[in-house]
Amino acid sequence: MDYLLTEEQKMIVELSWKFAREKIAPLAAHYDETEEFPWEIIRELAETDLFGIFIPQEYGGLGGGVFEMCLVVEQLSRACGGIALAYAATALGTFPILLFANEEQKKKYLPDIAAGKKLAAFALTEANAGSDASAIQTSARRETDYYILNGTKQWITNGGEAEIYTVIALTDKSRGSRGASAFILEKGMPEFTFGKKEKKMGIRASTTRELIFQDCRVPRENLLGKEGMGFLITMKTLDASRPGVAAQAVGIAQGALDEALKYARERVQFGQPISSFQAIQHMLADMATQIEAARALVYATARMIDSGAREYSKESAMGKLYASDVAMKVAIDAVQIFGGYGYMRDYPVEKRIRDVKITQIYEGTNQIQRNVIALELIKEAARHQI
Amino acid sequence: MEGIQVITEKCIGCKLCVEACPYRAVEVINKLAVIKENCNLCGACVPACKYQAIIITARKEAVAEKIVLEGYQGVWIFAEQRQGKLSGVVYELLGEGKKLARYLGEQLNAVLLGNRVRELASELIAYGADKVYLVEAPELEQFQDDSYAQVVANLIQRYRPSIFLSGATSIGRSFIPKVAVILGTGLTADCTSLEIDSKTRLLLQTRPAFGGNIMATIICPQYRPQMATVRPKVMKRATKVERHQGEIIPVMMDGKPNIRTRILEVIKMVEETINLAEADIVVSGGRGLGDPKNFQLVEDLAKILGGAVGASRAAVDAGWISYSHQVGQTGKTVCPKIYIACGISGAIQHLAGMQSSEVIVAINKDPDAPIFQIADYGIVGDVLKVLPALTEEFKKSLY
Amino acid sequence: MHIIVCIKQVPSTTQVKIDPVTHTLIREGGIINPFDTYALEEGVRIRERMGGKVTVISMGPPPAVESLREAISLGADEAVLLSDPAFAGADTLATSYTLSRGIRKIGQFDLIICGKQAMDGDTAQVGPGIAEHLNIPFVTWVRKIEEIREGYIRVQRLMEDSYEVIEMSLPALITVVKEINVPRLPSLKAMLRAKKMSLPIWTANDLDVDRSRVGLNGSPTKVIQTFTPPIRGKGEILTGPVKESAKVLVEKLRERKIL
Repeated sequence: MDYLLTEEQKMIVELSWKFAREKIAPLAAHYDETEEFPWEIIRELAETDLFGIFIPQEYGGLGGGVFEMCLVVEQLSRACGGIALAYAATALGTFPILLFANEEQKKKYLPDIAAGKKLAAFALTEANAGSDASAIQTSARRETDYYILNGTKQWITNGGEAEIYTVIALTDKSRGSRGASAFILEKGMPEFTFGKKEKKMGIRASTTRELIFQDCRVPRENLLGKEGMGFLITMKTLDASRPGVAAQAVGIAQGALDEALKYARERVQFGQPISSFQAIQHMLADMATQIEAARALVYATARMIDSGAREYSKESAMGKLYASDVAMKVAIDAVQIFGGYGYMRDYPVEKRIRDVKITQIYEGTNQIQRNVIALELIKEAARHQI
Repeated sequence: MEGIQVITEKCIGCKLCVEACPYRAVEVINKLAVIKENCNLCGACVPACKYQAIIITARKEAVAEKIVLEGYQGVWIFAEQRQGKLSGVVYELLGEGKKLARYLGEQLNAVLLGNRVRELASELIAYGADKVYLVEAPELEQFQDDSYAQVVANLIQRYRPSIFLSGATSIGRSFIPKVAVILGTGLTADCTSLEIDSKTRLLLQTRPAFGGNIMATIICPQYRPQMATVRPKVMKRATKVERHQGEIIPVMMDGKPNIRTRILEVIKMVEETINLAEADIVVSGGRGLGDPKNFQLVEDLAKILGGAVGASRAAVDAGWISYSHQVGQTGKTVCPKIYIACGISGAIQHLAGMQSSEVIVAINKDPDAPIFQIADYGIVGDVLKVLPALTEEFKKSLY
Repeated sequence: MHIIVCIKQVPSTTQVKIDPVTHTLIREGGIINPFDTYALEEGVRIRERMGGKVTVISMGPPPAVESLREAISLGADEAVLLSDPAFAGADTLATSYTLSRGIRKIGQFDLIICGKQAMDGDTAQVGPGIAEHLNIPFVTWVRKIEEIREGYIRVQRLMEDSYEVIEMSLPALITVVKEINVPRLPSLKAMLRAKKMSLPIWTANDLDVDRSRVGLNGSPTKVIQTFTPPIRGKGEILTGPVKESAKVLVEKLRERKIL
């Protein structure tokens, strides 16, 4: 479908897809096997200037927004959702700085991210605080010019590989959800260490680690915004980056559909290519329609965010919910179309099921997304009642 | 479009010219052929038109001095030697050159450059050269573009051969273009067939273009000599002629040549004991081998057959074998008697480098692999099993 | 360092299909000649290391300007197209002459880099021809630049079974083979710059050329015929157990007396 992209947006899509095809696709299976972080690919991605897409020009970026970021994530995910995640998670880790940092902080951190020299990560989740984010326990105690951080973050994407981390910690336990603050940390700060690399079902090229703070001293100037803004920053960050997860799901699904369609046209059974059988055709039709609907929803949400809308939690949640559920179904159907071959690791399609599952879980499980949507609906209904 | 014209009365808009054009420079608009600006006058459409509706308009007379063509005589070949040994292609040049010289009723002469290479001159005569122009000097011991080009150009200016052939080798394709520019004459690269036109007595030079997907026949009517480099391993080798008489003419260089490059080191590539360009048998491996260690199977077969090892671009890009083995559009073009492609799918870029081999054997587990379209013999199977079996069989039958 | 890279726009060969009825090529689109992408990449790498400028030059019909834009998106600083109906029909002598006049007009340079050969003509003659017209030294088949600095270059030239280390002073010309580097992908900033740039097109009037030496007039060689080579007939597929097929194949090759 023609989404009326501008010339520049078309260039972004073209370049991202070219990169995905030529640089990521040939190595996707390799990194899935070895579970190594694909630094080689990240360095080449940095040279294309795509890391700077969503960063303002005055910090070395290209001045695009959430929409452009989604365009890139979608195309890269067509080739590999895991490798694309290094890029998407950097966007997630950068949004707090983009939205809430002061001028010095922006000048200090954004240029390196725009140049692809440093990756970023966002650290909220803990062992006892997943969906219930307010249950975090990592603390940040103020001592003259420093905050002392203690605690452990869990399952942080890009953990250990990124240089820049935005970490949410409690500065005032007594104030509940108003007691959290956001900090910028850098790899190498003393007493900021990493746990072991997690072994995952999918997105194995993405590195997931624990972050461990043991009396870690963070300079006062690394506080983002003001004390107590932690959860506000979290909500705004996740709302803006959630379309990126949705775009990742759309990309993985599109890749699965492409592979299934190609296979269906080549595989001959009963003297015909299986693409001539109605059962297969109907599956393909449903897959394609659902992907298109998901894509349209994600694009509309992203454009809405970029146009300066103030409230978009509901739409952001809808996009992520729908795209990830669709993508899961599409990936499973794609394996079905491949039949026995779909089950074999030699063929690229089973990886997509393993990769896409996480999109239904992270950045807010789909159950939480439904909560959010329902609550917004009810709030709106209440507002419109006289 | 200047230089080419569609005769509108003859054109019926049948589009044969559109299909013949390799540059998409012809369109049929309102049932009339229109030549577009990107036409480069290659002339492919002219013979394609059944109605003679396209003509290349009369060329303006060259302002340059008209060469007196009659003053040029003789078929000359460049006798390339490396480290005191004649390159294989030289025998093919002698064979082909003799055929042309006989037809024209002219002499077949050779140019030999080097240092202390006189016995090679006798070898050239034994294989049919009527005269050998021998230029020996320490400066010519190692091939350098500046010195070789200057010496050869001077010889040609002095003795005025009508045809000058060299091998399309690394050396030939490097310095012969420089010679052609010095002389201001035409040069055709990498010819696979040479003939004399019966009416005009011009050299008809046929060569592949577009990676071998199209053949072009070229002439050099107004300038001399008519120069061509010849693809190795295509033409027939000369046979030794018992007691063939010939003359060795030593020539002194015109002063010291101005050589602007300096060779510091020559490093032989150890892994390749037989070079691809000279091999009669090439066994090539591709991504279908699955693992770099499986190239050993390819090498084993090549060894038994006394052949060279080649590779597809995919195998080279994956780091399984060095670039010097790459066969294809961005690698080497080979023309052996037997080309065995193992685990190579047959992408068009690979075919461009080997499709003129005499016999092509393909081994691939995919029966739809494009390589089977051009293979004379194909085995559909696991290349890791087929290769050892073949090596076994060849061993039995050859030893 | 001012580096000049010569590129040619050629038909895209990945889409080459031979029409089974007319035996002619079916073509789509134009791309930068693959060997020229290695030349361009090398030029850009030198500029990144040493500072300076990369200018890309090409001779071709007006659509070739797209390839120049692509070259800018791949890192070139400037580009110029030599285009004129008078240049059409050029063989390698006329082409190298015309390009050398274009290079003269560009001005002072340190190094000219060309790809080994173009995918359509396959001659590999234009690079050495340009060097001769400009009266500068050249080295062909360069697989690696060992050292380059003001006034000096040292390279490795690839021969059939060996390679030579050769040095010469600049200005000079080299032609490069695929082994020399892996070309980068375009960068978005460069793509945007390329889109906005207005690229100069020089005609025969803009260059100081002898009209009798360009285009068809300046071409000693002429193509009198093109044809498609006889298509290799489909061969035999040997079936059966591996050992059997191997035996049969060896037999057949012996029968053909080709062993």
